[in-house]
Amino acid sequence: MLRKIRLTLAIVCFALITLLFLDFTGTIHAWFGWLAKIQFLPSLLALNVGVVIALLLLTLVLGRVYCSVICPLGVFQDVISWISGKRKKKKMRFSYSPAVTWLRYGVFVLFVVLLVAGVHAAVALLAPYSAYGRIANNLFAPLYQWGNNLLAYFAERADSYAFYSVDVWVRSVSTLVIAAITCIVVAVLAWRNGRTYCNTICPVGTLLGFVARFSLFRPMIDTEKCKNCNLCARKCKAACINIQEHTIDYSRCVACMDCLDNCKHDALHYQYAYGKKEVGKPATDASRRGFFSAVGVVAATAALHAQEKQQKALRQYQKNPNKRTDTRAELPTDKNKVEQKVDGGLADIEPKLAPERLTPLTPPGSLGIGNFAQHCTACQLCVSACPNDVLRPSTKLENLMQPEMSYERGYCRPECVKCSEVCPTGAIKLITRADKSAIQIGHAVTIHKNCIPVTDGVECGNCERHCPTKAIKMIPVDKNNPNSVKKPIVNEEKCIGCGACENLCPARPYSAIYVEGHERHREV
Amino acid sequence: MEIQDKHNINRRDFLKIVGISTASAAPLLSGCSSDKTDGVAAGPLGEVPTDKMTYRTSPKGEKISLLGYGCMRWPTIPAPEKGGNIIDQDAVNRLVDYAIAHGVNYFDTSPVYVQGWSEKSTGIALKRHPREKLIIATKLSNFQNWTRENSIAMYKQSLKDLQTDYIDYYLLHSIGNGGIETFRARYIDNGMLDFLIEERKAGRIRNLGFSFHGTVDVFDEVLAMHDHVHWDFVQIQLNYVDWRHASGRNVNAEYLYAELEKRSIPAIIMEPLLGGRLSNVPEHIMMRLKERTPQSSVASWAFRFAGSPEKVLTVLSGMTYMEHLQDNIRTYSPLVPLSDEEKDFLEETAQLMLKYPTVPCNDCKYCMPCPYGIDIPAILLHYNKCVNEGNLPKSQQDENYKEARRAYLVGYDRSVPKLRQASHCIGCGQCNSHCPQSIDIPKELHRIDQFVEQLKQGTL
Repeated sequence: MLRKIRLTLAIVCFALITLLFLDFTGTIHAWFGWLAKIQFLPSLLALNVGVVIALLLLTLVLGRVYCSVICPLGVFQDVISWISGKRKKKKMRFSYSPAVTWLRYGVFVLFVVLLVAGVHAAVALLAPYSAYGRIANNLFAPLYQWGNNLLAYFAERADSYAFYSVDVWVRSVSTLVIAAITCIVVAVLAWRNGRTYCNTICPVGTLLGFVARFSLFRPMIDTEKCKNCNLCARKCKAACINIQEHTIDYSRCVACMDCLDNCKHDALHYQYAYGKKEVGKPATDASRRGFFSAVGVVAATAALHAQEKQQKALRQYQKNPNKRTDTRAELPTDKNKVEQKVDGGLADIEPKLAPERLTPLTPPGSLGIGNFAQHCTACQLCVSACPNDVLRPSTKLENLMQPEMSYERGYCRPECVKCSEVCPTGAIKLITRADKSAIQIGHAVTIHKNCIPVTDGVECGNCERHCPTKAIKMIPVDKNNPNSVKKPIVNEEKCIGCGACENLCPARPYSAIYVEGHERHREV
Repeated sequence: MEIQDKHNINRRDFLKIVGISTASAAPLLSGCSSDKTDGVAAGPLGEVPTDKMTYRTSPKGEKISLLGYGCMRWPTIPAPEKGGNIIDQDAVNRLVDYAIAHGVNYFDTSPVYVQGWSEKSTGIALKRHPREKLIIATKLSNFQNWTRENSIAMYKQSLKDLQTDYIDYYLLHSIGNGGIETFRARYIDNGMLDFLIEERKAGRIRNLGFSFHGTVDVFDEVLAMHDHVHWDFVQIQLNYVDWRHASGRNVNAEYLYAELEKRSIPAIIMEPLLGGRLSNVPEHIMMRLKERTPQSSVASWAFRFAGSPEKVLTVLSGMTYMEHLQDNIRTYSPLVPLSDEEKDFLEETAQLMLKYPTVPCNDCKYCMPCPYGIDIPAILLHYNKCVNEGNLPKSQQDENYKEARRAYLVGYDRSVPKLRQASHCIGCGQCNSHCPQSIDIPKELHRIDQFVEQLKQGTL
């Protein structure tokens, strides 16, 4: 019964959290956005004391049910492990193994140090909820979106507006690779030995393990009834039941209740622990789990290197900006003799390239680079939610995987505050639409040599027309001729850095106006 | 609906025509009057008649089918391996064969149509039929470079592409755009008009005329040249809306036609359907027309209107689809001229239509390609579609605001890729001079963009 309750809750939580990362319409968020906000590390970073205390109390009373129900990465491993257990002769594939204490505490201490020292990439890599977020965002979301686009395709033919198609694109190769490697490492560990990751690497697991040692309710072995058949241990994915000594390592037990249903002799009960004393006994030998975790760390580092190389290649490409070519439709080759403008056709549009911003742009509500970097665990929830394709994970080592903004595909539209609504860590604080129009996250900078009135000699003013704060004004290209075509100037005091100008600038691949970030956001 | 489909296809495929498909070697259907392969024609409506077409006789004695084939909208197919779309020559051949088999004999093209591929494609299709039974019209479309050399080269190229040694009807293309100065520069100062008159004498041009879009002064002045040029015909925009309610700086067709009638100059009609705007009409207009003649298409009213005046030689229609061709053949096989009462009814209908704030774009694509990649006609057509379907909310208080907003925005992204939407229009105005309907394109695009912004921001 307890197991069934756990299973039901876990499946519901897991499905909903996954949907948070898949749903791009914001419907799920409105109802279940809180599921991201009760994740342990995010609420700790958001200084959400109530949630943290509640989770610790929950663990103190019931054991690590958090790891079995609320944590999506934990449930993800259970799913993998369950599939693995469907194989023939693998139904009972677990066995007791002593805790790899040096690794557990080593990683935990390291994690705390990294967190305090502000090595965000490493923190993000280890944070369990964020790791799952990246997997869902990078690996599952594209499938979901393709499915949606298929529906949109049919909807269009049925003259229905129920579905609309969305762009599926790789926002950052490095984050995709890291997500894939995380997914593979976690899946392999789970496939073989169940909850290895949670009990050797996961810092949240280790922390909750401290508390769970003293949990009020826990599975307990009735030594009188126990026949040492070992069935419970063979079904324990946390490998924490030592039947020889009739002990359970409660720091590793995730309260999954699998053992209870499995005991043929009614020797296992989930009960109040302080009637009779039970003590978990830590063990010391290192197993192959250590090896696997080490592999994980090495692989992740390799991914970082690969990304850096790619980034270099990209920069080199960007240093060679092609001159804007004439985009008018070419004449049919056999008609070259006759010069004519033909009717119809569409000019090619060169894709935009991101400018090199001295200061990265962080979303309104993030208060600035410092606050953002300190709080963000790179779960990619805001990236999933951004409807304008503005947010994408950073590729720079110092804030790897943490989102940053860029305006090649869209701009930070005035009516949208979605990222601030979904962020569970307080990296992006909740703001209203009114707040947003007054938060200066950066300011526009003009590059007049790219400007269409200068290069093509025609009127433009598209940046001025779309500036929501009227911070852009137009001045004659030729100082001495007030009737010459006009180029933009920016009132930095009024500009909020939304990027409408940069995105809608007709100059390609580099815009003639782009936004520089501000280290600390201010109100205008 | 069919017209809508056509637009969707064009928009989605980033139409850029790079060639003509090789026509298959399948047996030709030409002249096959009992063409049973087109089973679509049967049914309650009966066969599409092959021998009932109404003909008009020109002063020179040519018998011209009242339905003329406009070669501006030939069907295309995607050809990714060639990096764009190509004209579906098989389909063109089939349409041309079918039209000829059902009595159509007038074909109107231009060097600029279908991104410059129309003449070649039309020529291939027509070459398969006896030349003497065809009436071929093309134009001197020297819009960009009107030097004498280039203009003559264009004329010669037309003969070559159409695979013929004479042209039945040759037009000075789109007089009126850019005022009388442009007319003089294109045809008088470079001696092209004299050259063409000589060609007419030599028999390589059988009839010389012009097509007109624009202001009344240009029309009057060019028509006044009749005494020495002798215009054999004039092509004008005529339909039941433009008859008395021409948009922009265009002239009412009633006046244009009367001026021609005075001088006994035959008229050739273009835009009888306003690029589909008179077939794809708001719902209650559709109901109004269908109530009177439930079996006839909405478009048939417009064709009957355009064909009714006696001095009209032929009514051009750019038919991309077989169904449109068949419907139009039915309408004119034979023409049932409009009664006075029916004319009044259409005038009332026109007045009702004017209440809908559509943009008078006929999807002729003369404005394209926009050098900055905007898909101008697609943006305007989507706007018009939403106007007609009642999806143009005026305020958030509107009853159907939410649905209309979604239909507008979702449909907008479907019809026009984001990078080609109105928000990217820089207002350089290079398109304006090309628009035969004198739409202030940047102004309309900026207005639509403003509207879209209001929808998106919820500030309507």
